[in-house]
Amino acid sequence: MKRTVPLVLVFSTALMLIVAFFIPHRPFGDLESRFLNWYTIVSGFTFLLGIDSLTRHHLTRVFRRGQGWGYSLVLVLALFGTMALGFYSWFKFQSPFALRAPFMWLYTYMIIPLQSTMFASLAFFIVSAAYRAFRIRNFAATLLLVAAVLVMIGNVPLGGSIWRSIGALVHAIVPAVDLVKFGRLEAFAAVKDWLMSIATASAMRGIGIGLALGGIAMSLRIILGIERTYMS
Amino acid sequence: MLTLPGLLLAAIVGLMPPASLKAVDAPNDQGQSIILTWTAPEGESVPVTGYTILRSCAPDTGFAEVGTEPAATSEYTDNDVIDGTKYWYAVQVKSGADSARSAAVGPVTSKAQWFNTARVNILVVTVVICGLFFYYLQRARKGAKMYIRKIAGLDAIDDALGRATEMGKPILFSFGLGYITDMVVIAALPLLRKIAKKSAEYSTRLIVPNSDPIVMTAAQETVKEAYTEMGRPDFYNPDNVTFLTSDQFGYAAGVDGIILREKPGAIFWFGYFYAESLIMAETGHSVGAIQLAGTTETTQLPFFVAACDYTMIGEEIYAASCYLRPEPIMLGTLKGEDFIRFWLIVLVTATVVLGTVAAVLSKQAPVLNQVFETVVRWATPAY
Repeated sequence: MKRTVPLVLVFSTALMLIVAFFIPHRPFGDLESRFLNWYTIVSGFTFLLGIDSLTRHHLTRVFRRGQGWGYSLVLVLALFGTMALGFYSWFKFQSPFALRAPFMWLYTYMIIPLQSTMFASLAFFIVSAAYRAFRIRNFAATLLLVAAVLVMIGNVPLGGSIWRSIGALVHAIVPAVDLVKFGRLEAFAAVKDWLMSIATASAMRGIGIGLALGGIAMSLRIILGIERTYMS
Repeated sequence: MLTLPGLLLAAIVGLMPPASLKAVDAPNDQGQSIILTWTAPEGESVPVTGYTILRSCAPDTGFAEVGTEPAATSEYTDNDVIDGTKYWYAVQVKSGADSARSAAVGPVTSKAQWFNTARVNILVVTVVICGLFFYYLQRARKGAKMYIRKIAGLDAIDDALGRATEMGKPILFSFGLGYITDMVVIAALPLLRKIAKKSAEYSTRLIVPNSDPIVMTAAQETVKEAYTEMGRPDFYNPDNVTFLTSDQFGYAAGVDGIILREKPGAIFWFGYFYAESLIMAETGHSVGAIQLAGTTETTQLPFFVAACDYTMIGEEIYAASCYLRPEPIMLGTLKGEDFIRFWLIVLVTATVVLGTVAAVLSKQAPVLNQVFETVVRWATPAY
């Protein structure tokens, strides 16, 4: 019973949503948005579970003086400090997001810069990952390196400048070569476009089609109760 | 810009009303909307500044404004109507202070449709795909032998766990920013179960930081159940499967902090990841962890391929549960998927060939182009 009822619920809900996709008439037409509303309400309440887990975990570490308890103390203070400022701003300015509210100050001058810093650090991680990925170890890695270099050169104005320099060099050796026509070719940009819109796009579409089919198979396994791990 | 002849003509002829006004019930919807279309006044020499939509429940009187549209528009959807009520519409064209009203059209009523005809193609494909799945499920039930290829990433899980245990380091598992409604998170739960079982067997600590409270609850239950199944319920510590934050870069910073403090020997990135994927995977690499990843987010796959030791690409993560539980019924769904994929490749190739031939022979055989366009139009889903 403990297993059958959830399975019946999953099956009937999925069936209703599939039917609703093809039938716009009420009561089916707006079923999806109704279910989404319910999901939003339920997930809103589950955030209490999350906050409970977070505070319990870090307070325990602080009280037991566990490894890195100082970080936990900062986290707990920041969490309750933010909440206190939010409530204060609510009472004082009728909204925590009012321009002069302390909560908004915290959001604008602390949270956004911290998020931006994390995002900016991505550039350094890209460089270190690219260094490892583009090392010439085998034919595939060499192909990847060549393609990456071409895409990078094709994407920046420097690519055009390099191409025109090559044109000038060719023109100096073979004067019959028309410099203007040669420059118009913009070979790096053309190669970059081809790599991005043909080679990469076809691989991505292949993965995308596989994902869609995998998703359908997975959905059927869940709807039919073959896949039940989410109920553990 | 208004020319002198135009000004003279406007002064003589006056402003013309919009032409070809049509009002129809919006198709394939749940009612309560009527669509109006018209064409701009023909031969108009004064600049149109906009249109006013007028509606009445009688053909001759009681027209009131229900909306306005800019000059460049020739369509309006009235979403404020009651199903079954008769309406008449007129459109008034405006040019500065001047205006001209079209003749009223109607009556038109709105109603909800019982079938979305624009989705017939999706229905046909759904029926075919489901039929094939059920066919292979039946074959699997009857005991037909199914061959499936190996996935290197799955085989590497045991090696990674063994290595972490030998080094006396913990294991880290992350679902990324996925919600329980994401298919990839559901697909990753059996992987967490397998890893949790091994962690109980080897007595290696498993850390699962979460960005969603519902996923956290599912992860806690999965780990707890796996430990109990292995006869080690005492090994379960809820502090190891915790909530961090639902904020994207806050989560990345939190996971990075855990990696740098705990220095895990093996890290598993199975779930939904965005730009934070590389930040976390590179941090994992910096502490020397063996890393396995799998996501359905195609934009993040290159990052994982670059930073991790093994990456499950595309639908491999969906297939993982079938590999972990290789029952005939699970393999049957995999086989069905492979069969459909084969026929999709055949169909896409045939359409590409047809399109190419149609383009080459567009003058000699225009019918080929029509066939190609019909196929493409039919295959394009309407949402």
